[in-house]
Amino acid sequence: MKPDLGLYDYWPYEGRPKIRWPNGAKIAFWVAPNIEFYELDPPINPKRVAWPRPHPDVLLASSRDYGNRAGHWRMMDVMDKYNVRGSISLSIGLIEHHPELIEETRARNWEFFSHGIYNTRYSYEMDEAQERAIMEDSLESVMKATGQKLAGYLAPALTHTERTMDLLAEYGFLYTCDLFQDDTPQPVNVNSGRLISMPYSLEINDIIVYNSYFGTPRRYGQMIKDQFDQLLIEGEDCGTVMCIPLHAYAVGHPHRIGGFEDALEYITGHSKEDVWIATGREIAEYYYENCYDECLADINSRKGG
Amino acid sequence: MTLDKEYLEYPNRRYGMDHDLYDWSILQKRPNITWPNGAKLALWISYSLEFFPHDQPAKPFKAPGGMVTPYPDLRHFTTRDYGNRVGVQRLWRVLDKHGLKATAAVNSKVAERYPYLIKKLNERGDEVIGHGVDMGKLHYGGMDDSEEQALIKESLGVLREACGQPVTGWWSPAKSQSWNTMQHLAANGIDYVCDWGNDDMPYQMKEAGGNLWAMPHGSELWDRTIILDKKHNEDEFVEEMEDAFNVLYGETDRYGGRVLSIVLTPYVMGLHYRVKYLDKLLGWIAGHDGVWSATGSEILDAFKNQAK
Repeated sequence: MKPDLGLYDYWPYEGRPKIRWPNGAKIAFWVAPNIEFYELDPPINPKRVAWPRPHPDVLLASSRDYGNRAGHWRMMDVMDKYNVRGSISLSIGLIEHHPELIEETRARNWEFFSHGIYNTRYSYEMDEAQERAIMEDSLESVMKATGQKLAGYLAPALTHTERTMDLLAEYGFLYTCDLFQDDTPQPVNVNSGRLISMPYSLEINDIIVYNSYFGTPRRYGQMIKDQFDQLLIEGEDCGTVMCIPLHAYAVGHPHRIGGFEDALEYITGHSKEDVWIATGREIAEYYYENCYDECLADINSRKGG
Repeated sequence: MTLDKEYLEYPNRRYGMDHDLYDWSILQKRPNITWPNGAKLALWISYSLEFFPHDQPAKPFKAPGGMVTPYPDLRHFTTRDYGNRVGVQRLWRVLDKHGLKATAAVNSKVAERYPYLIKKLNERGDEVIGHGVDMGKLHYGGMDDSEEQALIKESLGVLREACGQPVTGWWSPAKSQSWNTMQHLAANGIDYVCDWGNDDMPYQMKEAGGNLWAMPHGSELWDRTIILDKKHNEDEFVEEMEDAFNVLYGETDRYGGRVLSIVLTPYVMGLHYRVKYLDKLLGWIAGHDGVWSATGSEILDAFKNQAK
């Protein structure tokens, strides 16, 4: 183990380049529904147990399945209503299991990014060939099913190795959602090519709010609005990014969808000069085109203090 | 340490589910269902009457609500028992006030220990469903199959004998099953299970020859989950339930009849300072047109008549 993987440089929030998103927007906003497949009887990973109970863990496994059967469609209705496209953090295996879900989201021009093959298969203890196989499987499967070249990655169940970022850059991924050090994108230090960290969230992530903070659904909506207000103000200085990570098995329940809808109504009620509603890929592509070099130069100029 | 080759093999990567227990199906793409008298929402209120033994085997885990401290855990034993003595009476009063039906999941040990409760359930007309032997005896993957069959026979035998009802529903203690539970349940006259939280409507299990149905009895709209696990207060409990009602009720124009399942625990919602919030909630729900208060098997029967 290393004390720090050195994936990015320290970069103070103050005095950064004054990034503007399209239309001069101060905040780039994206919604990332995790569309996951959890196996009922997955093989065992020595570092992480998939289900707390002996298989079949009917209670938890069925609660996850709720997202695909019921919750997703309710969540998608709300996103349709406010004209927000999703950037899907996709368990790649779901392409085979639930193609209806892929077809419907593809028809809406949503983006797909890889979240591993299953959310019950973890990267821990994978050798390089195995981790490459996950990425290659992801790239091929998504290309075949949707015609999209994968741009983003969120490691399955957020399980990583020391190699993950280097491999992503080598395979031409544009962004990783696995790093939480900032509210703006940042170039990631990789062996070859380029990669940026894309602000995702382990704060206004529905699962974290409901299951770690025990927030109520209405409180969740308020947290989203409060974060948006703050990042809109700070976006004046440096162009911020805000992501709402969702899980239809959580937010898609009837008692929860209303809080999310309130927040989406609030955010989409802002002008195009304030907020750019985009997908992960669109934000990454704009950043590489317009911001990457300037930000990298700023980071390098501020190294060592 | 590295992972075996099989860790990257996916033998069940195929259309539908990765198992044969039930078919993949999208809630919003199914034919619309109509409830009796054109009701929009079937209101399914269920509650559990449970015995938590001091000497729970805790194998392979402790049921939620099980004993916590070193033996003898009088604080948890008695607070659970409070529900069977005091709490449930308060739930009944609120249900009666609003003229609502209910379904009671009963450990067979409760039927043996407290015949009074069975008598009351029958007088009230509550549907009695199986809930295992007691909260210490779990059904779980890897358990001895003959042991499980004996538990199911004991549970259902005692309950049917005690209450005289057919007992066609089942809620496994801790919502935990083995790979064989559903086959054994179907073979013992069970029509529906409450353990699967993946749907808002009943659906047919493929398991056990298709004679078994899953009822929408999730772990979310459950007083234990909202109040004990998530630590939400009583006003928030009411707000969440009302939000759920509004969403499901609103969906009925487009998707047909829906089920609102509210799951109650006498030792949680039946507390003195809490029960008035249940009163408020159920009064609010009952004040709506198009709400059909029904038992689990009534809802399932109405559903099955249209599903085929």
